[in-house]
Amino acid sequence: MSLFSKKNQEVLLTPLGLNNPVTVQVLGICSALAVTAQLEPAIVMGLSVTIITAFANLVISLLRNTVPNRIRIIVQLVVVATFVTIVSEVLKAFAYDVSVQLSVYIGLIITNCILMGRLEAFAMMNGPWESFLDGIGNGLGYAKILIIVAFFRELLGSGSLFGFKIIPDAVYEMGYLNNGLMLMPPMALIICACVIWYQRAKHKELQESSN
Amino acid sequence: MNTNSNSYTIIYAAIMVVIVAFLLAFVSSSLKETQYKNVEQDTKKQILSAINVTDVKDAEAEFAKYEVKDMLMQADGTLAPYTDAFQVSYKGEIAEKRFHVFECKVDGATKYILPIYGAGLWGPIWGYVALNDDKDTVYGVYFSHAGETPGLGAEIATPKFQAQFAGKKVTENGAIGLTVAKNGKVTKPDYEVDGISGGTITSQGVDAMLKDCLKEYNPFLSNK
Repeated sequence: MSLFSKKNQEVLLTPLGLNNPVTVQVLGICSALAVTAQLEPAIVMGLSVTIITAFANLVISLLRNTVPNRIRIIVQLVVVATFVTIVSEVLKAFAYDVSVQLSVYIGLIITNCILMGRLEAFAMMNGPWESFLDGIGNGLGYAKILIIVAFFRELLGSGSLFGFKIIPDAVYEMGYLNNGLMLMPPMALIICACVIWYQRAKHKELQESSN
Repeated sequence: MNTNSNSYTIIYAAIMVVIVAFLLAFVSSSLKETQYKNVEQDTKKQILSAINVTDVKDAEAEFAKYEVKDMLMQADGTLAPYTDAFQVSYKGEIAEKRFHVFECKVDGATKYILPIYGAGLWGPIWGYVALNDDKDTVYGVYFSHAGETPGLGAEIATPKFQAQFAGKKVTENGAIGLTVAKNGKVTKPDYEVDGISGGTITSQGVDAMLKDCLKEYNPFLSNK
């Protein structure tokens, strides 16, 4: 079996589109609201979740036949918590400003439903390589939504991208104002909902039948 | 092997915890030094913010450029150099009665930066107050907080709020007169700044922080 067989490609790519963890499974919404006021923390958060999901999936998949059934959720939690702690320590050492910005949300990756969901639903039943790909796919699917939301929030809320000014002063002179609401958490929910709306309108198979 | 037996479950859990503990202890101890350097850099950047030096890339270089000296206030109000390791939290230092004063030079004029700390609505707040060489006029301030409400109490960390302090006087008839008044209720513009409407408790926290900590520096402030 090749490393990127048709099935594996599917495992990797569907979470980016039709089975997106945020917009279709509606998981991990809370952190999507909290860290998306600017692009940089959103990207770091997305990458952190991707790394943690991938490696936690890999470890749980390797252990899946040895894990005592009655404490499997605890084992999953310990594995996730270990990776989260490592990522948080590494960020504190090498990306201090970002870790200050993300503050508690890095620690709260432990409670991100995407992780537990993938571990319980996928890694416990599939081989290490598929699980690893599944983790990467779901993490990137999450990161993708975070980046879309953060792009609109930073552009319309602060007039900048990655902290660089995009909207020139001349436009402000003409009376343009940054939308302060964009910086508030509710706007993340609204943008997220718009993404879901767009996706469901485009893909009829995502719509439930009305009866 | 029966993975559902009690003894297997217990042994499995025990081994897992030991492995994880060793792994985390190793990561934590090997990154400790780099992390501490970051915190130290961050503290130095905060100190520099009080003299309106922002967007600092290398705090060490800026410290040298502004000739920042870490001094301790003596009982008679004079300053003596502080020689121990640089501190990153001044809450403990003030509680231990070690009153730091950072002496620095901005365009040839001496400025003094005093660290302060206090409590806001949700958690600790802290800051640095820079004074001119008359030890009375505020040159600049820096405030930060751990978890004040965004848009309300957290506004104390914005340049807009902090800019109000420049030029205010600290001591009024021997007591600390520098005050954060209720928004729009400033009666003595030489000493008072506007608080944040909607962030009343945090504003009061800043006010109390200024009064409580600057009071401790009285020997230094009155020694002219």
